[in-house]
Amino acid sequence: MTSISQDAIRAETVMITGNAGDDIEAYRAIPLAPGSRGGVVWIHHMPGYDRETKEFVRRLAVAGYQTICPNLYWREAPGADPDDAAATARAAGGVPDDRLVGDVAGAIQHLRGLEAANGRVGVIGHCSGGRQTVLAACSLEIEAAVDCYGAFVVEDPPEGMPKHMKPILDLVPDLSCPLLGLFGKDDVYPSPESVATLDDELARLGKEHEFHSYDGAGHSFFSVDRPAYRVQPAVDGWRRIDDFFGKHLAG
Amino acid sequence: MCTYLTEKIPVDGSGKGAAGWFTATDATVYVDHPVHAPYEHTVNIDLLNPALGASARVALELTEETALALADAIRRAVSNAPVGIASKNQ
Repeated sequence: MTSISQDAIRAETVMITGNAGDDIEAYRAIPLAPGSRGGVVWIHHMPGYDRETKEFVRRLAVAGYQTICPNLYWREAPGADPDDAAATARAAGGVPDDRLVGDVAGAIQHLRGLEAANGRVGVIGHCSGGRQTVLAACSLEIEAAVDCYGAFVVEDPPEGMPKHMKPILDLVPDLSCPLLGLFGKDDVYPSPESVATLDDELARLGKEHEFHSYDGAGHSFFSVDRPAYRVQPAVDGWRRIDDFFGKHLAG
Repeated sequence: MCTYLTEKIPVDGSGKGAAGWFTATDATVYVDHPVHAPYEHTVNIDLLNPALGASARVALELTEETALALADAIRRAVSNAPVGIASKNQ
């Protein structure tokens, strides 16, 4: 009998139940080798449910996690190209916070119901998904959260932004899990000052967290398909993500 | 930075998208990360018809120099033509 390779995964589009019982699309990748598995919800960035985000999902599955990324723009743009869907969602003012939490809750429920799931689930997101990760971690019971340069957790957004895009620092006392934060020192949103404010507040509240801010990196430094990509911060950031999820989700 | 700051206007005309020509009803203009242009930020212009779905879209991602030059070129082209020849009430 041929054994299943440890890096074998199955990756595909599935439908899950999201906020308010809505059926929404999601991209899921799961390891095929036997074993107890932690789960990860990947919250896609504002440019959408794109190919590069799906690569992140597959990467975490290869690392051993049952991973899923809900298409947050499914309701506005079912079946559309990711960039068209993002433009539509943007014109509509973005994703409401309560809907995001409901969609992530649905994704978590889906993961915890999978065969071989160990029940431990983490959430990770970049850009707008970083803020939404903190929001989810303050609203839902999870085991680990990774905020990659999420803006408007601390600072007020500029004039003209949607009303729901408000700071969520007041929710941080409800943070349910350890938080890993990865930031660029050249970023404007979030600025190093905002990152320091969040760091201080988490320390004051006694919330377990680990922040790393990289020299020479701005926003989106994990994005391999954009000029903002920075090799060393991204490589080190991935190492820290692997360590963090290994500590809190694996096994 | 990611922003939702968006200039939005109704438009009257047509655009050619991935699925062919469609009637455009809206345009949005915003400065944000591009999908394709090799810059961290661009001026993004979308011609849309939301009633036809998200794919009814003509998208541009331009540097600010190019976007402003395009706006000037549009004004010159209109001023070079007889007044009202391309108006809604032509």
